[in-house]
Amino acid sequence: MGEVKLGDVLLEVQGLRTYFFTEAGIVKAVDDISYYVKKGESVGLVGESGSGKTVSALSVMRIVPKPGRILQGSVKFEGEDLLLKGESEMRKMRGTKLAMIFQDPTSSLNPVFSVESQLTEIIRQHQDVTKEEARDRAKKLLEVVGIPEAEKRLSEYPHQFSGGMKQRICIARALALEPELLFGDEPTTNLDVTIQAQVLELLKKLQKDMNMSLVMITHDMGIIADMTQRVVVLYAGRVAEVSRTYDLYKRPKHPYTEALLGAVPRLDKRKVLDVIPGNIPNLIDPPSGCRYHPRCKYMTDICKEKVPTLEETEDGHLVACHHWRELTLRAEE
Amino acid sequence: MSEQKAEQVVVEARGLVKYFPVYSKGVVLKKRVGFVHAVDNISFQIRKGETLALVGESGCGKTTTAKVMLDLEHPDAGQALFEGQELFSTLKKGSRAEKMAIRRKMQLVFQNPYGSLDPRMTVYDIISEPFEIHRHIPRSEWKERVYELLRIVGLEEYHAERYPHEFSGGQRQRICIARALAVDPKFIVADEPVSSLDVSIRAQILNLLVDLQKQKDLSYLYISHDLSSVRQISHRVAVMYLGEIVEEAPTDELFRKPVHPYTQALISAVPIPDPATKVQRIILPGEVPSPINPPGGCRFHPRCPYATDICSEKKPEYEKIAEDHYVACHWWKKFY
Repeated sequence: MGEVKLGDVLLEVQGLRTYFFTEAGIVKAVDDISYYVKKGESVGLVGESGSGKTVSALSVMRIVPKPGRILQGSVKFEGEDLLLKGESEMRKMRGTKLAMIFQDPTSSLNPVFSVESQLTEIIRQHQDVTKEEARDRAKKLLEVVGIPEAEKRLSEYPHQFSGGMKQRICIARALALEPELLFGDEPTTNLDVTIQAQVLELLKKLQKDMNMSLVMITHDMGIIADMTQRVVVLYAGRVAEVSRTYDLYKRPKHPYTEALLGAVPRLDKRKVLDVIPGNIPNLIDPPSGCRYHPRCKYMTDICKEKVPTLEETEDGHLVACHHWRELTLRAEE
Repeated sequence: MSEQKAEQVVVEARGLVKYFPVYSKGVVLKKRVGFVHAVDNISFQIRKGETLALVGESGCGKTTTAKVMLDLEHPDAGQALFEGQELFSTLKKGSRAEKMAIRRKMQLVFQNPYGSLDPRMTVYDIISEPFEIHRHIPRSEWKERVYELLRIVGLEEYHAERYPHEFSGGQRQRICIARALAVDPKFIVADEPVSSLDVSIRAQILNLLVDLQKQKDLSYLYISHDLSSVRQISHRVAVMYLGEIVEEAPTDELFRKPVHPYTQALISAVPIPDPATKVQRIILPGEVPSPINPPGGCRFHPRCPYATDICSEKKPEYEKIAEDHYVACHWWKKFY
């Protein structure tokens, strides 16, 4: 895209491939995914289950669980390739440079340690501070994420907090060392709507205050519209479309994006829901050519045979479709 | 509701109450220390061919309401009427034939299609099990009827010989719907039927539910926390908070001008999938209080941005403010 200035880019993922070697076969969870994130920018990774959105984030953090392996590609963070770093170097980066919050706050906090010890652990692990200083910092963090009576609640355990409060603790822990890039992996999916609104506002505010880059991983097109400036649409382990958020909703270029927008029910109006036929493909044996072709209403022979490459359109989208030039896709009015 | 419409009412709940006891910790002597006020005096009506959505956040009692309506939880008080016949007394005192007849009128579709199908039964066995129980179709017609049900929900005949694990989530939900339709019910409770499905599959199931309703004149009680899907599928919406209905209105009216402050906040909290639409979010302070000791007066008052003294002292009346529109708020005139 034209506006990108060199040095502006904080994270650049190039040709990333992460496969899972299971007994049933090789699951090509992330299969040639590229995107970048600029400093202070919020980018959305959107897709359905099995689209590779979470695994691509785990790959950047280098915490892909077994039997998964990163096979190919580069992950440049401030110009350095994270995939070439040793484990001890990565440990230093996690928390200080990169951090992640997960979908389920209950399972990402350790039930047998107090909130204080879970927050001070990361601070003392990375910085040479005394116990008291770390405790003070932990208390301040709880205040920043809006937990009342921080002093008292520091000594409590995760089960004494509600879901929304636990997610706030996870956010506090992720932000303890002021990372430059935060991955939010469906951070509000488990929360109620009114609590989700609280957490989203909090994330927005913190991102601005700390001038942090944020990668929002979600399947919720509403959260994407609300939180992000740019969107990467993933389908079955590949990038389908990249665009500025506003343009994506107004002028989708990829048939999958169009279909996805049409299938989402909306609160502000009643409409006939478009149906995407079929199911999400099995990634052990994904469809040939364009992976979306079995469900695509514009499919022709070339789609079955040839993998489309990401091409730049005149208005700055990147789109992986053989037919984007001919298609005029319907956007929401 | 006006008199001439009353005859169309298929399902009616009158003053349903369900409390769950809470016991103190202790191995030998457990003392009852209180009650979870899961459902507290709830009433509603559902007409023929109509969908009533029950919305609210976790713990507000929407699933308990559904279970009580089907007598899967026995209520502490209240009545449920199916075409004028009272459910709880029929199930207690009625003859076996009466019990079976009233049971056949209602069915349930669960949230999780992975947990609600027996993995050791084929799809044919699953869908024909209701025939076995109710015996409303001669055995010679079972096969044809199962195939027909599969076609209605968008599956193929050959799927009948397969097992649930061979299907995706959306297909399993279709099987659950086919099973529910097997007894020709009048009323279906759908408890978060699309929450565990992917976005592209959700639209398929929502559309299927709407089509079936039109074909068969079904009445739905649609339970969901997802207001966007409620907007698509329901005719009327009842909003629950801490075991009580705080507002009920026709869907369009509710979303256009919500009256109760909780409804307003709930609707404003939903992110709209359109970056050009910016909504002014009402961020509620705090969280839903414990239903064990719900706040006095209006249960919403500790979080309500407009609360005054009267709200903490007096319980607001559940008032009719327009045709089909009911609200429980002392200050509704301010918002209407």
